[in-house]
Amino acid sequence: MNPIKPKKIPEDRHPFFDQISQMWRNKTAMAGLIIITIFIFCGILAPSLSPHDPLETSLYDQIKPPLWHANGTWKNILGTDDLGRDILSRLIYGARVSLAVAVISVGLAFFFGTLLGCISGYYKGFLDSIIMRIMDMILSFPYILLAIVVVAYLGPNLRNAMIAIGITYIPRFARIVRGSVLEECEKDYVTSARAIGARDWRIIFVAILPNCLGPLIVQTTLSCASAILDAAALSFLGLGAQPPTPEWGAMIAQSRGLILRASWVMTFPGLAILLAVLGFNLLGDGLRDALDPRLRD
Amino acid sequence: MLAYITRRIFIMIPTLLGMSVIVFFMLHLTPGDPAELLMGERASEEALQDIREHLGLNKPVYVQYGIFLKQLLQGDLGETIWTRQKVWIEVKQRFPATIELAVVALFISCVLGMILGIISATRQYSIFDYLSMLGALIGVSMPIFWLGLVFMLFFSLNLGWLPMSGRLSVGVELQTITNFYVLDSILTGNWEALRDALWHIIMPAFTLSTIPTAIIARMTRSSMLEVLRQDYIKTAKAKGLSQFKVVFKHALRNALIPVVTTIGLQFGVLLCGAILTETIFAWPGVGKWMYDAVMQRDYMVIRGGTLFLASIFIVINLCVDVLYAVINPRIKVQ
Repeated sequence: MNPIKPKKIPEDRHPFFDQISQMWRNKTAMAGLIIITIFIFCGILAPSLSPHDPLETSLYDQIKPPLWHANGTWKNILGTDDLGRDILSRLIYGARVSLAVAVISVGLAFFFGTLLGCISGYYKGFLDSIIMRIMDMILSFPYILLAIVVVAYLGPNLRNAMIAIGITYIPRFARIVRGSVLEECEKDYVTSARAIGARDWRIIFVAILPNCLGPLIVQTTLSCASAILDAAALSFLGLGAQPPTPEWGAMIAQSRGLILRASWVMTFPGLAILLAVLGFNLLGDGLRDALDPRLRD
Repeated sequence: MLAYITRRIFIMIPTLLGMSVIVFFMLHLTPGDPAELLMGERASEEALQDIREHLGLNKPVYVQYGIFLKQLLQGDLGETIWTRQKVWIEVKQRFPATIELAVVALFISCVLGMILGIISATRQYSIFDYLSMLGALIGVSMPIFWLGLVFMLFFSLNLGWLPMSGRLSVGVELQTITNFYVLDSILTGNWEALRDALWHIIMPAFTLSTIPTAIIARMTRSSMLEVLRQDYIKTAKAKGLSQFKVVFKHALRNALIPVVTTIGLQFGVLLCGAILTETIFAWPGVGKWMYDAVMQRDYMVIRGGTLFLASIFIVINLCVDVLYAVINPRIKVQ
């Protein structure tokens, strides 16, 4: 007698895995992920990848054109700037700065925004209206203006630029989290968690928050894109990274005087910003399609 | 409707008040002596005393805020530190330039963005759709200060087609009435100045319009796609109407409602986002003025300018909300 083999019952997969596989098949998201990976790679391995020291000036190598120009050399593949610094090396180190900006400023906004959003959505009432009014107030400032004002008062450097950008992004996160928490609070699992006597913070962070992750991840990715763009803009205005830091926006600002003589000094940092921001935007768009079924068209 | 508008205006008051608090206390929350912050570290004791006296920094903070608020209600934004001129007068001189630039940029982005969006939606998943949406994504990711410099390099320095900066060429006479140069030159019938003013505005306006164009194109596309799926579009098609009529008469009207909102919000963003564009092209508007103030650490200008721009931004957003309620019959009277 042959024992009857039980049929393999397909496991109940958590919807998160479905979403991950959705993302995997999404070409937009993958393209973004590849670009971002390259940038992260450059950022982490900057010391070993870059051919020269990004701060090293050289009197003999001033304004060398890139390789494909008539006078280009292998020594400086993308040419040098007016102080003889190697542009490729500065670009590679710039990836570090930009990624740090994205992580720190968006991290700041994520942390405070999520916290405020949770408090607002969970406790409702008076606290909610106070927090949301403050968020509205921050939102009512055009954000680049607010960032400029904050930096103007705190003093122009990269740290303050990151703080300024972080502050201006808090409301985005707070609003999303509040909305999701309000929605989730109505569901039965929250009621049952309350019934078995779970503490508030446990309900919020262990039960509710993981269910709001989708829109939050999308917002984080898209915010990284705009944080890099804003930080570059602030640095371009002289309100962010200060020379000689190899920051892309600051590099463009320094190359303005060379625009006629050496256009490559200006071209490459701009392309680097565009690519990095595009990478995060592509990933964010793809993730939105995969994670947020409401927004799918 | 009237009740809705009144309520919205009342909600605006605490926002404006909170904004004044933020802008006012920014100076006091900054570490260090405000007077020293305003005058610089090497200022003499007399100069410090003078500025304290002049701005009332000796009084308690709440009294200072009271005075500040009282002046604000009278429409007084204070005086600049270096030129000791009324901030309001300087704003009034420069704001038309900013509006002019923003209006032209908005016009460009509406036309381009809507055309791209409509064609993309009617030919979904075609090559054109993919390319224009990729273009829109690149547009959203564009560092416009860099794009402005690239334009400058190509169109001014290499090709010599367009002027590099400013609003008018040296030597072109224009009698100013409204300070909108394009309008002024038409009013005075000065065609040479009109040509010159338009020539100057093209490049900054295109630079400034990059991001709004992309946003409007994406918005128009997704809104159109949603409308095209509705039953009444099927009905219109079934009636045998031409594609043109279906798209422009039946679909576009309904699809435009969210687009109009987006356009309105973009106008506010354009007015305030002009700081970068104005700085690059030396466009003498509010943005350039605020940038200069930041560089010279004229905190009174920063304070006044911020308040002014933020108020304009809030008022525009209010108008957009009201407009949305007016044009969208579905949310009327709620």
